[in-house]
Amino acid sequence: MADQEHIIELRGVTKTFEDTVALDSIDLTIRNGEFLTLLGPSGCGKTTILRLLSGFEQPTAGEVRINGQVVNRVPPEQRQVNTVFQNYALFPHMTVRDNVAFGLKMQGVAADETARRVHDALRMVHLETFADRKPRQLSGGQQQRVAIARAVINNPLVLLLDEPFSALDFKLRKQMQLEIKHLQRQLGITFVFVTHDQEEAFAMSDRVVVMNEGRIEQIGAPKEIYEEPANMYVARFVGDINALPGRIDAVRLDWSAAPGAPLAPPAPGTPEHAALPPDLKPGEHLYDATVGGTVFPVRSPRRLAPGDAVQVLLRPEDLRIDRIAVAETPDWPHLWGRIEESVYKGATVDLVITLDDGQRLMAAEFFNEDDEDINYNPGERVAVSWVDGWEVLLPDDAA
Amino acid sequence: MTRRRPFRTASIAVVWLWLGLFALLPNLGLLLVTFLERGESDFVSLVFTWDNYARLADPVFVRILGESLWLAAASTLVCLLIGYPFAYAVATARRGLRPWLLLLVVIPFWTNSLIRTYALIIILKSQGIASNVLMALGLVSEPVSFMYGEFAVFTGLTYTLLPFMILPLYASIEKLDKRLLDAAKDLGASSLRAFWHVTLPLTLPGIVAGCMLVFLPSLGCFYIPEILGGAKSMLIGNFIKNQFLVARDWPLGAAASTIMTALLVLMIIGYWLSSRRVALRERKGADTGAATAGRTPDGGHDMTHGADGARRARGRA
Repeated sequence: MADQEHIIELRGVTKTFEDTVALDSIDLTIRNGEFLTLLGPSGCGKTTILRLLSGFEQPTAGEVRINGQVVNRVPPEQRQVNTVFQNYALFPHMTVRDNVAFGLKMQGVAADETARRVHDALRMVHLETFADRKPRQLSGGQQQRVAIARAVINNPLVLLLDEPFSALDFKLRKQMQLEIKHLQRQLGITFVFVTHDQEEAFAMSDRVVVMNEGRIEQIGAPKEIYEEPANMYVARFVGDINALPGRIDAVRLDWSAAPGAPLAPPAPGTPEHAALPPDLKPGEHLYDATVGGTVFPVRSPRRLAPGDAVQVLLRPEDLRIDRIAVAETPDWPHLWGRIEESVYKGATVDLVITLDDGQRLMAAEFFNEDDEDINYNPGERVAVSWVDGWEVLLPDDAA
Repeated sequence: MTRRRPFRTASIAVVWLWLGLFALLPNLGLLLVTFLERGESDFVSLVFTWDNYARLADPVFVRILGESLWLAAASTLVCLLIGYPFAYAVATARRGLRPWLLLLVVIPFWTNSLIRTYALIIILKSQGIASNVLMALGLVSEPVSFMYGEFAVFTGLTYTLLPFMILPLYASIEKLDKRLLDAAKDLGASSLRAFWHVTLPLTLPGIVAGCMLVFLPSLGCFYIPEILGGAKSMLIGNFIKNQFLVARDWPLGAAASTIMTALLVLMIIGYWLSSRRVALRERKGADTGAATAGRTPDGGHDMTHGADGARRARGRA
């Protein structure tokens, strides 16, 4: 049984197929009982990791450990790991019952125990009345459940799910996401889930591993990945993002400065301390940055120096849009722009805004019962700013 | 749907006409002949009789029939045992390599099978290639002949009909979803058990098709037993041929041929019935399943109802 805190460990795992590198020195630790998602575009290596875990591939270099044991050369049939395959891979010539019983049959479990466990597994996925049907007599969602029952009945240490919802329609997909999440909590089994759908990954996972071209770009909770992307790739992959080029003008607060130095964080209780933004987290440096000709206060845990080129990343919902009369000028830092397009989405209105310097931004305004007035007309002039502290600063590698 | 499709009608009519003229009519004629008496000048004389079938009750004929069935079954089995691994290897070979391997199977067809059968003599005869190889290996001390007997006929049938086993097997193995084997292994099956529980049942249609394509012609084949079997082995194919061409006893030959056809038809019907019974059982399962489908639809989960409820509640507020 699972007795390790870290159920899976990959150490320096490299996998090459002929001359292409599918995985490039991957280090990854998966905790026992967590729901971990490998997220990335097709060809990023996420499925290769899954196949290394299930045993269908062997690493070219490095070590794969399951429950503390190195399993590099252990064949799939001897691993305590089961997979829900992308197209379910149900045995078409067997009934639902025989499909689900297959793993127990291979283990030589007694007939009466098998019957009981198959019944329990089918009841868990609400298919107990479908036991005598063949897979092709079931709908896509039902086949999906059979595939899940067939895998979890073996009490695996880890359940691997390879894009299991890709064949389902949108509504069923949402529903299965909830069910899988529910099932994972109920069973307490570690789930490793592969998807290219960012929303799906966020909805289900404890932690998300964002992958690109055989490398891990970032590992973190969905909130971390979304709000604090480690680089441009992650920022762009998980949802819409606006990237505004800017330049650091001045350092306002530097946590690495010696206590008492001019830029050091002020001691609690002092008026300088009270003047800091109330939501400032320890370790976040304060800077002034010029973006589009305007100086904005920005913050980042990264150490930056005046003159550094940066990208200021803003999610569409971070942007603040204000309708300003022609003669007025707002008293907060802002950029001028024009509404290009306004798309009604039900819960939000999505706006496309062209700034005066030509850059296009995406913004999302939420409906608010007090303020019905978010229906902008194309061509309307607006002031664009953002909620202080919601920006993410990345060094601009291209500059 | 009463739209007329002249091309379809015409092409189907051609096939029907062809089958009627060249298959149904001759077979009906043959059936008719089985009930006629042997004639002195015109092969048959128009006198009704059951006698031809009575004459086939002869133990000699029964033995010939039995031996033919046995030989056909044995060569079918050997074709299957050789053909399956070969077809499997071809179907799992690199995609670019497969057409070439299949070409190897088809190449023998470019030579007339009669010529190939004669060529077998060179291999099987005393001091032939097989004999020389065995001598060189020291397995036998003096030249051996494999010719003129059951073994030679069996070799000839197997060699000639092997491609007819390989091609349908290849088609069904190639169609097999290899991910199912992954799934079986993932669930703890060794390669052997995955083969037994997944590959074999799923390629059964190919096995049945291949067996029929080998068994049926090998039962009726007459030139291979004649060339390779010599005078010692008489099979039903030779028997029929002899009645027509040597003994000039058309009614007896026709009756033997009809018996053989009837046997084959019975076997096909038997196979069809057994596969239909399986299909029926499946359909019955589907019907009872459909009846219960209403009770446990896709959306039969508490959490979804909860989500729907929340949406409705928000709609009201």
